[in-house]
Amino acid sequence: MRQLIPLIPFLPLLGFAINGLLGRRMSKTAVGLIGSGTLLASFLLSVACFNEVSASGPIHTVLYNFLTVDSLHVDFSFLVDQLSVWMMLIVTGVGFLIHVYSIGYMHDDAGFWKFFAYLNLFIFSMLLLVMGDNLVMLFFGWEGVGLCSYLLIGFWYDNREYGKAARKAFIMNRIGDLGLLLGIFLIFKTFGSLTYADIFARIETVNPDPAIVTAICLLLFVGAMGKSAQIPLYTWLPDAMAGPTPVSALIHAATMVTAGIYLVARCSPLYNLSPDALNVVALVGLTTSIFAALIGLRQNDIKKVLAYSTVSQLGLMFVALGMGAYATAMFHVTTHAFFKALLFLGAGSVIHAMGGEQDIRHMGGLRKALPITFWVFLIGTLAISGFPLLAGFFSKDEIFANTFAAGGKWWWGFAGLGGLITAVYMCRLLFVTFFGDFRGTEEQRHHLHESPAVMTVPLIVLAVLSALGGFLNTPHFLHLGTPQWMAHFLEPVVRNANLHHGGEPHHLAASTEWMLMTITTVLALLVIAMAYWVYVVRRSLPATDAAQTGLTRVLANKFYVDEIYHFLFVRPVEKLSQLLHYYADTWAIDGLVNGVGTGVQRLGAEFRKLQNGNVEYYLLGMVVGAVLLFLTLFV
Amino acid sequence: MLDVIKSVPIEYYVWLSSVLFCIGVFGVLIRRNAIVVLMCVELMLNAVNLLLAAFSTYLSDAQGQIMVFFIMVVAAAEAAVGLGILVMIFRNTKSTDIYLLDKLRN
Amino acid sequence: MSLTVFSILGLASVIFALLMVFTKNPVRSVIFLILTFFSIAGQYVLLNAQFLAVVHIIVYAGAVMVLFLFVLMLLNLNAEAEPRQTDRWKLGAAIAAGMLLVTFVGALRGGIQITVPENSNPSVGLVQNLGKVLFTDFVVPFEVAGILFLAAMVGAVLLAKRDVKI
Repeated sequence: MRQLIPLIPFLPLLGFAINGLLGRRMSKTAVGLIGSGTLLASFLLSVACFNEVSASGPIHTVLYNFLTVDSLHVDFSFLVDQLSVWMMLIVTGVGFLIHVYSIGYMHDDAGFWKFFAYLNLFIFSMLLLVMGDNLVMLFFGWEGVGLCSYLLIGFWYDNREYGKAARKAFIMNRIGDLGLLLGIFLIFKTFGSLTYADIFARIETVNPDPAIVTAICLLLFVGAMGKSAQIPLYTWLPDAMAGPTPVSALIHAATMVTAGIYLVARCSPLYNLSPDALNVVALVGLTTSIFAALIGLRQNDIKKVLAYSTVSQLGLMFVALGMGAYATAMFHVTTHAFFKALLFLGAGSVIHAMGGEQDIRHMGGLRKALPITFWVFLIGTLAISGFPLLAGFFSKDEIFANTFAAGGKWWWGFAGLGGLITAVYMCRLLFVTFFGDFRGTEEQRHHLHESPAVMTVPLIVLAVLSALGGFLNTPHFLHLGTPQWMAHFLEPVVRNANLHHGGEPHHLAASTEWMLMTITTVLALLVIAMAYWVYVVRRSLPATDAAQTGLTRVLANKFYVDEIYHFLFVRPVEKLSQLLHYYADTWAIDGLVNGVGTGVQRLGAEFRKLQNGNVEYYLLGMVVGAVLLFLTLFV
Repeated sequence: MLDVIKSVPIEYYVWLSSVLFCIGVFGVLIRRNAIVVLMCVELMLNAVNLLLAAFSTYLSDAQGQIMVFFIMVVAAAEAAVGLGILVMIFRNTKSTDIYLLDKLRN
Repeated sequence: MSLTVFSILGLASVIFALLMVFTKNPVRSVIFLILTFFSIAGQYVLLNAQFLAVVHIIVYAGAVMVLFLFVLMLLNLNAEAEPRQTDRWKLGAAIAAGMLLVTFVGALRGGIQITVPENSNPSVGLVQNLGKVLFTDFVVPFEVAGILFLAAMVGAVLLAKRDVKI
């Protein structure tokens, strides 16, 4: 088994190489088969790893020594423990479904082979990220997924706006990466090693200054903020919807954006030492969650709504992390991967049927034309809204319970508020798109058709997972299935710290948990019903852009955050760039280089005067030369 | 011993010769008439001749004066040939201004 | 006594040389040069280099300068025909020549130490003694000098010939 582990990331890399180099000449079927096939193989191998890990514990494989400089020893090696094998399963499993879906979705695209090459490269990077046993491999994967994100967002490169969106994503990621790098440097300086095992083992012996630990945790969190789109580095995610829908599903819902969560969860021993850092994480997560949810309330592009939903859900995951509930956060990562991928792929199905239209104000009544899509979208929406017994219900509820236990009722209240707003806008999306009368053009109406099987089968699989996924980790007090199965599985690596913001472990009584669950569920159902009444019964439609007023306008324009950033950051940098271009580049460097050339030219011109043919001049030269000669010889 | 050797130190001849030579150099640089330039060259040669003769006398060595003899030979030959060239140039440029002889320019 | 003669002759040669350099009229330059030659011939006599003195007069003053005069007359130059040079150039030339003089003086001052042999032969410059040395030790250069003259003659004649129309 140990020997086969490197295959898991390298098979997608091989797929990337084959599709990248030869894909242009291969048939679309072959490209799709290779792209998805490598992923299926990786998934099966991950399942095998899972079996072995649950049986006998983590597997450590060293490939080769990457660099040894003085005391820094970094290996290219894989650590397959409970946390990483779980992430591997999600990445390869959901990734496989999305690859299959892409075979249908991208079928008419000229860059079909490129798409699969990039997707495989992405999977490779993501697997490196989760499988590495040290921070350097994590960073490799981190940068790799950033790169693939850029390539895939700007996939339709003819459109300059898409390119700008890709650039924005990459640059914002890089800002976060700076924090991550600083954190890694600080870790090395404090602990003397970059391998997870070494770092966590040395916590007792090194006993670092709490301020240093807080600094490390905050710096790592900055990296997570960039990658997982939290305030203030979140604006790239909605713009990233410029990429094809499978990209949005894979990267910006299920995998890349969860890298930040993975990082914090992996470093949970460090975070446990720093309550201040955890506070910051929770606060940022909560703010982002509510903020993004509010924006999503008035967005009219299917994918943008889902994008803000992703940001909001990620915020919720960070709240969980901030409360010390690491395993719970991983649970929500899992369920979110299922239903968000489902929602995005469903949206892709809708867009495909509408011939490229993404504005929900031009849709409506699609449930008759796209029945399968409608049902899976319904399941996804209910899951994310916290409808009882579906996946989202269990994971969200666990987050809320932990928030109440560790933070008190105010934290719980706001977190719950975020959840309710989520329910509102998701239901709004569902009802406006699938109910009511069709509001598109006649041509679009003719074009409406259900997606082919290659697209609907993954949708159905994801829907099943969204419906049943919650049972992976039911809470104790419900006595359903195997309670907390996932948490127990992850326990050797990550466990909920059960913190009270004060450091005392805190257990909730079963009655309290019942009460919390009931409150949230009842409110969620109320909200769903209210949304139904507003959007289906009363057939209220989102306003056109011109007719938006007041708060609606502010929310629809995303609180004008992009414009603020542009004013505060982009314009000064552009100005600086222009200044530098003029002074440093044109004036100084070009001046220097051209000056050397001009100087040589002028020097040559001066020397040319020596050859002016003037005899007297030559005579004078002779005399002067003779004088100099005598001077040197005799004086 | 000759009276001159007793009363005139050899340095005087050196200074005199140097001055004459430098006057010749100055003349070469300052005059634009080719004929006068050639004459100044003759002056330079003569300065050297004087010095050689002086040393020959002071050291009782005949070789100095022999060398003067040969220098005169060469100087005469050179003056003849130089003037021949000058005449040819004058036929082409109708002037003896050496400033006009810039065909080697650039 | 020799010192006086030397001084007069030296002064004369310098003055005539300067006059030669600075006169505008080229014919006057020739005349001054001839006078310079005469003063140098006087120096030769002072040095008892009799042969040299005579040959100097015959060859230089008698032949070379006459040749110069011939060419001057042939070219029929006027004094005003010679263009002037810029003052800057004159300054530069003066500096160059002056530097040369300074170099010579500086290099040679105190460096000339010759020992006059006790039994110095005053008749080194006489014709018979010079002739003896010339035709025994320096006979090859003598013959070569002859060939040189031949070459110069041929060259000069060839150069001055007018182009023969074919």
